Amino acid sequence: MAEQAKVDPMHQFSIEPLGGTANWEIAGYNIAFTNSALWMLITAVVLTLFVAGGMKRQMVPGRWQMAVETFTGFIDDMLQANIGAEGRKYLPYVFTLFMFILFANLLGLLPLGVVGVHPFTFTSHFTVTGILAIISFAIVLIVGFKKHGLHFFSLFVPHGTPLPMIPLIFIIELVSFLVRPFSLALRLFVAMMAGHVLLEVLSSFVIDGTNAGPGFGVMVGIPSFVLMIAICALELLVSAIQAYVFALLTSLYINDAENLH
Amino acid sequence: MPQIAQLAETYSSQIFWLLLIFGALFFIVGRGMVPKVVDTVSQRDTQIASDLAAAQAAREQADREEEAWRLRENASRANAQALVAEAKAEAGRRNETRLSEAQTRFDAQLADADARIGASRDQALSEIETVAAEAAQDIVHRLAGVQVPAAQAQAAVKEAMHHG
Repeated sequence: MAEQAKVDPMHQFSIEPLGGTANWEIAGYNIAFTNSALWMLITAVVLTLFVAGGMKRQMVPGRWQMAVETFTGFIDDMLQANIGAEGRKYLPYVFTLFMFILFANLLGLLPLGVVGVHPFTFTSHFTVTGILAIISFAIVLIVGFKKHGLHFFSLFVPHGTPLPMIPLIFIIELVSFLVRPFSLALRLFVAMMAGHVLLEVLSSFVIDGTNAGPGFGVMVGIPSFVLMIAICALELLVSAIQAYVFALLTSLYINDAENLH
Repeated sequence: MPQIAQLAETYSSQIFWLLLIFGALFFIVGRGMVPKVVDTVSQRDTQIASDLAAAQAAREQADREEEAWRLRENASRANAQALVAEAKAEAGRRNETRLSEAQTRFDAQLADADARIGASRDQALSEIETVAAEAAQDIVHRLAGVQVPAAQAQAAVKEAMHHG
């Protein structure tokens, strides 16, 4: 009887400082270069290379340039549709946000475990998604107050609200507005974490089931393995969808700030 | 859950590196590269639009020129037909004059010939008269033994011939 596989579904999310940087500090705050930071860097490098590859600026684009232009066009169209002509100036931010999350999600799914390297999905950390959500939310607040001043508060009173209802509606709308960064951050974090935990749990089924004997291997191991493959495909989809949702909601919130109602 | 268990010790490094890397990405990729890519796309779009407009203009120009060519062609065809008709008429006129000239010439020759024939016949007739008168003199001399003077014989012959 083979020994139990030590599969801890949560271990993949633990952050480890790399190469003796554990004690790096700025003003008393630890800034150790961790596996999380490493994968942010890898994501950034891959993304930069990807976009740089599409910078040939040919009138008749090659495949790579076409791919990059498809992504910029996709985000550009989304901003035009949600914000209007003003949306063009948010393209750099929303594009970077979308591609950063998308590449992070996809790179985190790479099956590098087979060569002994473990990808780290930093979008499964609410510290990271939270910062991104706060940046988006901060842009909304800054744009809203800069453009409309205190009139921005009329965002919380929809048109046609009866006078007696205004205080109540105002509070409800305010709360729903303030919840936005949390929902934005938690949605991405939970989706990424859930997918990775699920894959890890299923992989432990495959290992433990197959180790428990041929019967278990056929009854548990193989179905779990098939399910894992299917869920990997699903996770690829979720990666793209969550990145899209993050960018879409950001652009919708910016639209509120740009155009009020 | 490491996200919560390690929060206190890792949040500062997570925030630091995220802001650093995401910020660098924003400026390098978002501000540096994306506008150029978008610019290329819009350049291509305007290029395509202007090419299409130019093609449309060229086509309209070609249509106009074809129309003008057709008009010119029709005009020159009509012109050519007029020239041909004119030439035909001219040739006909010239033929007619030449024919009539020839006709007059033939008529003149014919009349001349007729006159000559008439003259010859008259001469022949007078010769016949002379011969007949001599013959009649001779016949009378032989039959009747009468010598008839030539003038009388001639008058008798003329009278007989006139009476047919």
